[in-house]
Amino acid sequence: MTRWAMIADLRRCVGCQTCTAACKQANATPPGVQWRRVLDLELGEYPSVKRAFVPVGCMHCDDPPCMHVCPSTATRKRADGIVTIDYDLCIGCAYCAVACPYDARYKVDKQEFAFQEKIESEKHDSKRIGVATKCTFCVERIDAGLARGLKPGVDPDATPACVNSCIAGALHFGDAEDPDSNVSELLAENQFFRMHEELGTGPRFYYLWDRKP
Amino acid sequence: MSALQRNWDARAAANFMLGGAGAGLVACAPLTGNSYATLAGLAMIAAGLGAVWLETGRKLRAAHVLFNPFTSWMTREAFAALLLFPLGLFFPLLAAPVALVFLYCQARILRAAKGIPAWRAREVVALVVSTGIAEGAGLALVISAERWLLGVFAAALVVRYFAWRRYRAAVRSDALELPGRTLGWVGTGAALVLLPIAPPVAGLAAAACGAWLKLALVTRASFKQGFSLPHLPVRGAP
Repeated sequence: MTRWAMIADLRRCVGCQTCTAACKQANATPPGVQWRRVLDLELGEYPSVKRAFVPVGCMHCDDPPCMHVCPSTATRKRADGIVTIDYDLCIGCAYCAVACPYDARYKVDKQEFAFQEKIESEKHDSKRIGVATKCTFCVERIDAGLARGLKPGVDPDATPACVNSCIAGALHFGDAEDPDSNVSELLAENQFFRMHEELGTGPRFYYLWDRKP
Repeated sequence: MSALQRNWDARAAANFMLGGAGAGLVACAPLTGNSYATLAGLAMIAAGLGAVWLETGRKLRAAHVLFNPFTSWMTREAFAALLLFPLGLFFPLLAAPVALVFLYCQARILRAAKGIPAWRAREVVALVVSTGIAEGAGLALVISAERWLLGVFAAALVVRYFAWRRYRAAVRSDALELPGRTLGWVGTGAALVLLPIAPPVAGLAAAACGAWLKLALVTRASFKQGFSLPHLPVRGAP
């Protein structure tokens, strides 16, 4: 059984936000909405200050709280682990937004454009107004790629836009259930953690922080 | 109003304030001996549901709220409301336990929100349920001052106060400090002192303090827990 997962190698991320820009370009998210964000964290006190860049977004949890609370069944989980939102079912109650421990969901009540007025190249999807939205792992791209016999995480045409765009090779995508996949190999070779694992959500977004001893 | 919504505002809080107190009033209505008490409670619940409906992004899809009774407490609350209105209108006695179910669903709505530490604490369930009953009993005192009702009101105030203390021991939130202190001093202490002298005033004071606490709980104490970084990246890696 396929289980898509994403990996962020924190040692490699330089905080350039290219993944954020690529996501916005690929998914045409409105101003203020960032399905893929990169946190710029400063930790410690001078002179012992450390800095870390942490990509965040929907973690496509194994047991997603957003899906359980959704009253309309708009939020669902596919067999391959991707958490989806049916924009035709969602009522925009924002319950999922307050239930998500990863601050990954957005609801926009009116269309806004980057330059106030719509420019010719700017995409606009009226289905996304007044409903919850979030990172989809570029699910259309994955499905289209698989239909063409491509391998997500290896072939760019079947891989999420943020992973394709990463200049530092920090983001990886692949099938965590396939022992020979890129993500399985990285997880086997490195120490990793998952965000807020204590909540029991089973996030499918792994953070590498060191090599295994 | 911002175009981007990432939390619940006063419209959602109104559902907990009006709906909670209204459900408490419906539950206490049989003790008043006044049929208007149930109608007043139903009107408050309807107003609360109307307020939260205003917060939804796709208002014409409101019926979709009924699609997930298997896991969503919001759906279960909606079903309880659907049952509550005909029962309240035609069988007020049967409506009382359903009103408590409605109130419990409201409490579980908050508890299921894993992103917000002040909501997901299990102590929130007792707090919201006891607050709703205390508010409803307080409002019932405006209509009637039957002896049984006075007893239920006094007991509900004490239970609510201890539920608040238990909640506060588990959750620290600056946004709840002032409403919580007011709930203790005015909503409980002063209300109990005033109860033999002026029951309606005691009831209104208790209801107002409960409503303020819930407003703060839903709109001000609803901070997400943020992100955590249990391990810093080791530098110098290839």
